[in-house]
Amino acid sequence: MGGVSGSMALAQAFDEIMGQPGSSVPRAPLSPLGNWIDGTPDAELRRRQEAAEATFRQLGITFAVYGDSDASERIIPFDIVPRIFLNSEWNRLSEGLIQRVQAINAFLDDIYGARRILDEGILPPDLIFGNPQFRPEIAGMRPPHGIWAHICGIDLVRTGPDEFFVLEDNARTPSGVSYMLENREAMLRLCPELFREFRVAAVDSYPDRLLETMKSVAPGNVAAPVCVVLTPGHYNSAYYEHSFLADSMGIELVEAADLVVDDDVVWMRTIAGRVKVDVIYRRIDDDYLDPLVFRPDSMLGVPGLIAAYAAGNVALINAPGNGIADDKAIYSYMPEIVKFYSGSEPKLPNVETWRCREPQALKYVLDNLEKVVVKLVDGSGGYGMLVGPTASKAEVETFRAALIAEPHRYIAQPTLALSTVPTLADSGLAPRHVDFRPFVLTGSRGVQVVPGGLTRVALKEGSLVVNSSQGGGTKDSFVLMDDGAPPPAPPAQTQMQSQGIG
Amino acid sequence: MRLTIDHRTVYRFSEPQARLTQLLRLSPEDTYDQSVTGWSLHVDCDARMREGRDGFGNKVTMLYVEGPITGIEIAVSGEVLTNPSHGVVNGAAEPLPPPLFLRATPLTERDDAIAAFANDAVAGENDPVARMHALNGAVRKQFTLDEGRPVSGRTAAEAFGLKTATSRDLAHILATAARSLNVPARYVSGYSTVDADDAPAPHGWVEVHIDGLGWVAFDPWTGICADEAYARIAVALDAAGAAPVAGSRLGEGDEEMDVDVHVEGGEGQ
Amino acid sequence: MLSRTALSLYWLGRYVERADFIARLVEATVRLDVLSPRPAGEVAWVSALAVTETEKAFAKTGAPIAHEPVARFLTLDATHPGSIVRSLDMARDNARAVRTALTREAWTGINQAWLLFQNRATTGNAATTLNLIESVKSATRGFEGAIHRMLRNQTTWFIRLGQAIERADNTARLLDVKYHILLPEGEQVGGVVDRDQWTTILQTVSAVTAYRWFYSEGLLPANVIDLLIARSELPRSLAASVEEAVDILNLLAKRTGLHGEADRMARNRHARMVKTQSRQIIAGGLHQYLQDFLAENDELHFAISRQFKLG
Repeated sequence: MGGVSGSMALAQAFDEIMGQPGSSVPRAPLSPLGNWIDGTPDAELRRRQEAAEATFRQLGITFAVYGDSDASERIIPFDIVPRIFLNSEWNRLSEGLIQRVQAINAFLDDIYGARRILDEGILPPDLIFGNPQFRPEIAGMRPPHGIWAHICGIDLVRTGPDEFFVLEDNARTPSGVSYMLENREAMLRLCPELFREFRVAAVDSYPDRLLETMKSVAPGNVAAPVCVVLTPGHYNSAYYEHSFLADSMGIELVEAADLVVDDDVVWMRTIAGRVKVDVIYRRIDDDYLDPLVFRPDSMLGVPGLIAAYAAGNVALINAPGNGIADDKAIYSYMPEIVKFYSGSEPKLPNVETWRCREPQALKYVLDNLEKVVVKLVDGSGGYGMLVGPTASKAEVETFRAALIAEPHRYIAQPTLALSTVPTLADSGLAPRHVDFRPFVLTGSRGVQVVPGGLTRVALKEGSLVVNSSQGGGTKDSFVLMDDGAPPPAPPAQTQMQSQGIG
Repeated sequence: MRLTIDHRTVYRFSEPQARLTQLLRLSPEDTYDQSVTGWSLHVDCDARMREGRDGFGNKVTMLYVEGPITGIEIAVSGEVLTNPSHGVVNGAAEPLPPPLFLRATPLTERDDAIAAFANDAVAGENDPVARMHALNGAVRKQFTLDEGRPVSGRTAAEAFGLKTATSRDLAHILATAARSLNVPARYVSGYSTVDADDAPAPHGWVEVHIDGLGWVAFDPWTGICADEAYARIAVALDAAGAAPVAGSRLGEGDEEMDVDVHVEGGEGQ
Repeated sequence: MLSRTALSLYWLGRYVERADFIARLVEATVRLDVLSPRPAGEVAWVSALAVTETEKAFAKTGAPIAHEPVARFLTLDATHPGSIVRSLDMARDNARAVRTALTREAWTGINQAWLLFQNRATTGNAATTLNLIESVKSATRGFEGAIHRMLRNQTTWFIRLGQAIERADNTARLLDVKYHILLPEGEQVGGVVDRDQWTTILQTVSAVTAYRWFYSEGLLPANVIDLLIARSELPRSLAASVEEAVDILNLLAKRTGLHGEADRMARNRHARMVKTQSRQIIAGGLHQYLQDFLAENDELHFAISRQFKLG
């Protein structure tokens, strides 16, 4: 997860609840949230927040920070104040997301196939062929149903009511969906009154939608395809999410040693013998998938898996080779890519990006290092990044030298006035910068955006870094089912009946 | 030329293995100047085999063996007819474009010493073909030939610091050097009569891409183009990507490998 | 069910059982030590090390054989496989690997037991040791309860199968070691023995009350042996563990359709057990009997591995 952009002062940022800078009353449709905040003492909010975090700790919803030896059991801080999307905002956002993910899939199908986009001169060929994320090992192989990026997490930032920008695409193995679901569980339990005030779209159908997506891309005509989640194992930092997803889909959570490829078919070892596997949601990087094709020293991979994939006998979710679509060097060309495949202007813009490989852009960036955010093209997780406005002189000079030495490894972006959401800080409620990762599913029957996502919040005042490894937290993200005044709450009885019948 | 090829690979394991999964690149294919007139791949145990292609377009055979197994012998033999073509390769499957072959790999990492050597070697030459001949010749002159078994994992940079080199080392050095001059280059694995009898590995050489000509094969082992005395099997960015056998086994213990290659050249057609 | 899942569940059962057993052993030894005049107390700790097969590992630490160092060694020392902390580490590791198969309650039970030991360096005096042991026992009881509230399916059966095999092993070793120490060469079973020593054995397998139920003539070694070997009413007796293994294998066979050598071996063992009387065992040599039993228990373990393709 890599997410950051720069900022002006907090006071100048759009607040998603309060509205334009300086406003002291919430945006009209969100006034019930204002009332809720006013009517709930900070101490009570804090108590609920702590209760939620205690649950997360007990469930073992933990992550590991690389290079931090005792962090294998840390939880990501949770903030009790939700962020809220109006229905109309969400609809416009969804259209943009669908267009972008369709383009990502079309791009991957093209770049590993006919490479029309290069023939047409839209992208410089060396950007692809010199890029380690373009995997020659799987060139010419096509995933079942031609779908590559089944699960995309698109990282967004916002600067105004309808100003959303894509910060980063995640088309490999985007994580964080378990937070979307667990955060909602916690909110339903601890703040049920909010769900009477607002009609919030449910996110708990995500596992069903994901399973449906997986089944829809199974190769061949299997009546009941066998789907599994492949994890590197329980020492992995995202293991909780892997087990959570397998559990809520009701499918097996397998490790490499549970799978065997024979005769170009993937099988899993069960106590009753081998069972053929049709679809694998793998949470293992390409490099480790198959020691016969990628890193020969991989103990996490399944020998022969790529042969089974090439033979069309198994669907891998997401497809190997996807890194070329979410690479930071490619990112700056996404507007052109979206336009090329969709035939229309991108509905969701990128954050303006200077490609330091281009001399003019490099000059601009070097002249304005104190104002911009510089990122390593192949870095992630908030590492290898310069936030100009908050960096020390020494940091700026270190990056200047690095940029001059290897300009092709860097891109730079302006510092945006990232939106804020009221957040429970030590001193009480205060605005804190947020970003957003919605999850987009693509199956053989189309593309869908799950109405919700992962809101990450920079807990330090003025900070723009939302990465969990850098002191970021999470919030629940409400998507409202309508823009108007909240409807009268239906009697609880009716709701239960309709659920029971449905 | 008529090339008669006999290539045996024997693995022995100190402990019985529960499974064996191998990816074999052992099958030559037809090009304009190479016709495979007879070819067989044989293993000495019960095995399932599946044919396919890797990302570089090479023909691969997946081999699946159920244990317990303490050893396996993989034998290929056959006959390939070749025409003289001055090293120019025509009619091969080319799924990837030449710029891809400018890429470095862990075995062919960019190296200042090799780059400087390449620059010196081509100094004064302007014609792209002449430059490659000069480079190939320079690599040949730099080393004493080592007919022993290639050292697995040895990089071009490491090999460049030594006095003797195997055909794989030479090919890695030449590919790295050509790429440093911005010439796409790839590793070729195959068979050639230039090897001694009983060679401990298939032969390795290099194809470079020259605008207007296409892929041209150079062998730094001889210092000249690889021509009708060669049968190509597989290409990749380095020897690991074109490996004749990439294997994985499930079981304890060590393995021993023994390879034996015979290539005989005769009158063709 | 994945073979690896079944394997982890089985080992989860074994390690929880082992942690619980070591906890009881330490508890009973603390009591014995407190009651005995020196050097009887030292003998108690020597035998605790013998039961857990950790004499050599303990000798390497260079510490004297006494309450504090041995109790610490058996509870908190993660460097050898005979400690509670190591057993709980392994139990939690296996539980983590099969998180999806466990209920949250069962996972939380294990996790809580494990958390008890994090960042704890010393057991302190007898009272603190007993407190710690009490929390371990209560956590494993919690886990046991959670297992019984889970669906009656393969998941619980593999855990319980592991527990049954481990329990048989633990009880047999306890009896073997204690018997050796308490009854030196040449002495008669049934002679006058130290009441406290024999009580230790009963305490370790929670059988003090049960003993009074079954035997009216006071504390006799032959009765203790009878209770621990042949009385299937006592959950930690060999007979009960043997019977449970048969029952669980039956349930698994019904659900999975997998019958095999493990079933035959377990049934065979059970049939012999039913016919055997403890008097004959004592007459024929208890030590040899227990050694054979332990070997057969190991064989059953491997047969289970093969039958369910756990390897």
